[in-house]
Amino acid sequence: MEVPILKQGRFLIATIQAALSDADLLQLRRALIDQVIRFRSRGVIVDVTALDVMDSFATRTLRDITNVIRLRGADTVIVGIQPEVAFAMVQLGLTMEGVATALDLEEGLAHLQQRAARNT
Amino acid sequence: MLVPQDILVSIRWDVDIVVARQQGRTMAANTGFSATDATLIATAISELARNIVMYAQEGEVMMRRVETAQSKGILIVAHDNGPGIRSIPDALRDGFSTSGGLGLGLPGVRRLMDEFTIESELRRGTTVTVKKWLK
Repeated sequence: MEVPILKQGRFLIATIQAALSDADLLQLRRALIDQVIRFRSRGVIVDVTALDVMDSFATRTLRDITNVIRLRGADTVIVGIQPEVAFAMVQLGLTMEGVATALDLEEGLAHLQQRAARNT
Repeated sequence: MLVPQDILVSIRWDVDIVVARQQGRTMAANTGFSATDATLIATAISELARNIVMYAQEGEVMMRRVETAQSKGILIVAHDNGPGIRSIPDALRDGFSTSGGLGLGLPGVRRLMDEFTIESELRRGTTVTVKKWLK
């Protein structure tokens, strides 16, 4: 299941549509990093609203994506972590330190726009 | 009368991890668990199944509805014939991992569930049994 990535000006929006396998997550990582480089993007939103579970692998992959994109001078925001998924992550001992999160797409975009305005 | 039905998922590839946790979530919901608890159970299954793919290459996850006079719950057994775990105390310590993973798997699973037992023998394999009860 490939995750569609939408280009919106200097931002990229990846919307996860269903549960992802490890291979799907790695494919998302490759595609996002490729596109950030190709389009010289300033920000990325990953919408995980449809993700059923955020286990150690998903969390680590999202953190890797954020770190690589940060080295390119761009920001990443993870949006839409469901309340029960967040609860399970905390119980499991997973945190997303250093990763920006927002409630939904709208707030994620507002966050990126604020950061972009500050940097220009 | 409904006969309790076990679900057995063979674990070999990463896609099997997704199948196992989705089956577990469905069984948890049918047992009466809340959406939050069903997600905790699905997350635990995801970690257990991933350990099989990472360390043992193949194995299986069995799920069963269980019932006592006091409560109903779900039992999950993750079994493989892989290399086994050298030190169970180490494997149950937060932050310990032999595969460069996050090392959160087993201690995290123990926190997500109500009961947790592990048996492992070198070169024979590992069996992790967990239960969660309806509250």
